[in-house]
Amino acid sequence: MNKEDLKYTKTHEWIKIDGNTAIVGVSDFAQKEMGDIVFVDLPKVRAKLEKEKQACVVESVKSAFDIYAPVSGEVTEVNSELSNDPAKINQEPYGSGWIFKMKVINPSEANDLMNYLQYEEFLKTQSH
Amino acid sequence: MENKTIRRTHLNEIHKKYGGKLVDFHGWELPVQFESIIKEHLSVRNDVGLFDVSHMGQVFVTGKDARKFLDWVNTNNVFKLKKGEGCYSHLPNGKGGIVDDVINFCLDEERFLVIVNATTTEKDYNWFLKNSKKFNVRVENKSNEYSMIAIQGPKSLELMNKFVPEILKYPRFGIVETEILNKHCFVSRTGYTGEDGFEVTAPNKIIVDIWEKLMDLGKEYNIKPCGLGSRDSLRLESGYLLYGSDIDDEHSSYEAGYGWVVKLNKGEFIGKELFEKQKKEGIKIKLTGIVMEQGVPRSGCRVFKNGVEIGTLTSASYSPSLKKSIGMGYMPPGLKVAEEVEVEIRDKKVKARISEIPFFKGGVFFFKLN
Repeated sequence: MNKEDLKYTKTHEWIKIDGNTAIVGVSDFAQKEMGDIVFVDLPKVRAKLEKEKQACVVESVKSAFDIYAPVSGEVTEVNSELSNDPAKINQEPYGSGWIFKMKVINPSEANDLMNYLQYEEFLKTQSH
Repeated sequence: MENKTIRRTHLNEIHKKYGGKLVDFHGWELPVQFESIIKEHLSVRNDVGLFDVSHMGQVFVTGKDARKFLDWVNTNNVFKLKKGEGCYSHLPNGKGGIVDDVINFCLDEERFLVIVNATTTEKDYNWFLKNSKKFNVRVENKSNEYSMIAIQGPKSLELMNKFVPEILKYPRFGIVETEILNKHCFVSRTGYTGEDGFEVTAPNKIIVDIWEKLMDLGKEYNIKPCGLGSRDSLRLESGYLLYGSDIDDEHSSYEAGYGWVVKLNKGEFIGKELFEKQKKEGIKIKLTGIVMEQGVPRSGCRVFKNGVEIGTLTSASYSPSLKKSIGMGYMPPGLKVAEEVEVEIRDKKVKARISEIPFFKGGVFFFKLN
């Protein structure tokens, strides 16, 4: 995934929408903030997702982090590789560290998400 | 942060320089990690790591009755300590609970140093003052004058051999007073990681220079600055207690599985009769370990057996050495190692097994501290 082609949420998820399907992960900023990721409580395939509601949970050594659905839809596939190697999210947040794929109900829900440049600007307002 | 003053150690700028991620830890701004908790954890298990533990407190007890007084307020035998020796101990509260867990060092016949926890420094100092009235002693809280660095891991021996070699002649819990950069310092063979290691207590103004000297000397041993995250995972793997979580004013040393710090055959001490009674009658709850097959429990998670709630985790974390999550909490005594239980994580009951404590025995010094 090219990070410049993705859309971003204020809660640091990224989404790549292609027609009615999408891939979701977390940004590089998010993985750095979370620290060493040791477990991903993956969503169930066919789980219904609601925009901005919890989709799954990522656990780092120090804490648990909620991952929110960038748009509404249904989970079609999860990255089961993360069960064996959750640190893939740290290593390649935009690549092998993707979390789930989904069927999107209404692609226009993505209209209010940020593009890469907007997200970069947004990060400058986030305190470390 | 709410409306309260945050305290910074004298190494605050150093943490920023090394890229530490600073957090509010009970009112102290300290690094939770630098590069990675797992890397820092493993560097202490395999090489050597440096920790800023300046938030810990230093209480000096001096005078003719110093030894007698400390023996009265401690469960462990402080009376028998010789110059240069120390011991881990609990301070009983006289009601069956614990005021704090501390390390007592004998600096001289009538001069002792007690290292107390950060959050309990004032509490312990006041407790000492209150209980010292019938003793000829002087109790001084000098926590604001001293900073403290922990040097932990198997390579800490070679490193200290280049820095304060005389401490290597001492066994675990030994202490020497020495000059570092022309200032009077204390160097002990102690730590909270389950590995061999040392702690340097030094006046605030030279602590930055000591840190940088150790980072420099430690380069060849792959030294890493380490944060609170790995400090917690290391101590939990080794079965060390965290005051305020695993032990407190409501739980006794026996219930915590630390009966060995209670010396009933020494002289009188605060609440001795309660310990004797509990030893005779037995305990109703015991700090018990669990290990998970999957998922990461946190303190506060409830533990179930056959659907019945049997306890709550007081400490829990991912264990980088075991690559599994571990935890401990008060449960009914008698649970057998490997017995199946369930831990509730986010409303889901997840399978776990009862574990021995310590969870990880690879370290040089695990569990029995003396």
